[in-house]
Amino acid sequence: MKNIDINAAYKPEGIEGEGYFLTTLDKVVGLGRKNSLWPLPFATSCCGIEFMATMAAGYDLSRFGSERLSFSPRQADLLMVMGTISKKMGPILRHVYEQMAEPKWVMSVGACACSGGIFDTYSVLQGIDRVIPVDVYVPGCPPRPEQIIEGFMKIQHLVETESLRRRESEEYKKLLGTYGIQ
Amino acid sequence: MLVNELGQLVQDKLTLNFGEGSSKLEYHYDFPVFIVSKDKLYDILTFLKEDKDLSFKYLTTMCGVQFPNAQPELEFGLMYQLHNMEKNYRIRLKVFMPKSDLNMKSITTIWSAANWMEREAFDFYGFNFIGHPNLKRILNMEEMNYHPMRKEYPLEDATRHDKEDKYFGR
Repeated sequence: MKNIDINAAYKPEGIEGEGYFLTTLDKVVGLGRKNSLWPLPFATSCCGIEFMATMAAGYDLSRFGSERLSFSPRQADLLMVMGTISKKMGPILRHVYEQMAEPKWVMSVGACACSGGIFDTYSVLQGIDRVIPVDVYVPGCPPRPEQIIEGFMKIQHLVETESLRRRESEEYKKLLGTYGIQ
Repeated sequence: MLVNELGQLVQDKLTLNFGEGSSKLEYHYDFPVFIVSKDKLYDILTFLKEDKDLSFKYLTTMCGVQFPNAQPELEFGLMYQLHNMEKNYRIRLKVFMPKSDLNMKSITTIWSAANWMEREAFDFYGFNFIGHPNLKRILNMEEMNYHPMRKEYPLEDATRHDKEDKYFGR
């Protein structure tokens, strides 16, 4: 049999022997969460089209364990906001965020979601971080699928390495408090 | 029918029924435009819809306008565009009013289609349509406390900070 060089999945630090592997629980949980993120696509405009390309066979987001999109916020881990959010849409976005169960992460894709973009006008929310906390910002107008994937990998890094108890920390509660979210 | 024949036909009918000087006829490109007085508009629209020869049964569109540099009594206006689908007649009506008096009789009783269009004109310019069944904002969020298309308000969002001079070394 030919010796094939297989690019094996990442393995956390631990003690290894014949037939067993020992590591800490938070690393195992982090590994599991990282590779099975269920994103909720909140797509309102052209960034959403780029996301469709990201999901489709060419770029294939399922390589990162995210082939299962969740269109219900209750089962989603990652809120991906892609596109212009008008001020009228702001409370709806916030409502969606509040319905998601912990742990949850938010990714803001594209110039409009990050800062309002070219829509410096009375009707457009000047960045979604005015209504919900954001973990990763992806710039671009619209960003290419590679950029969305890089943003997604940054989220994965957060998911893998952050403390399992981060969500109970004083700092996190304070952050949510600034948004008026319990 | 030629455009100027149509314009003259409607103008004659309006003069006959509403008196001399009740409407002023203009042509914008190939479109007859009638400038009428505010208090007669409702009756004129009813007449244009009911009249057997004209029967403008379809309200194509209506909207508000503002000319900030015009004289005060011509500053705000409403535009109504009508269509006779059988004969393909199309005309436009305009009324003007000062900022101090933006009250207008609602035409929802003539065309139900005017409901959302009047709400839009209210939302963006603050026209008050008397008799409208549900006069509230339609496109902007309800908490908004001004009428954003009025020229006295800036178009930009007042809360945006990334265009401040310090970021550009000014």
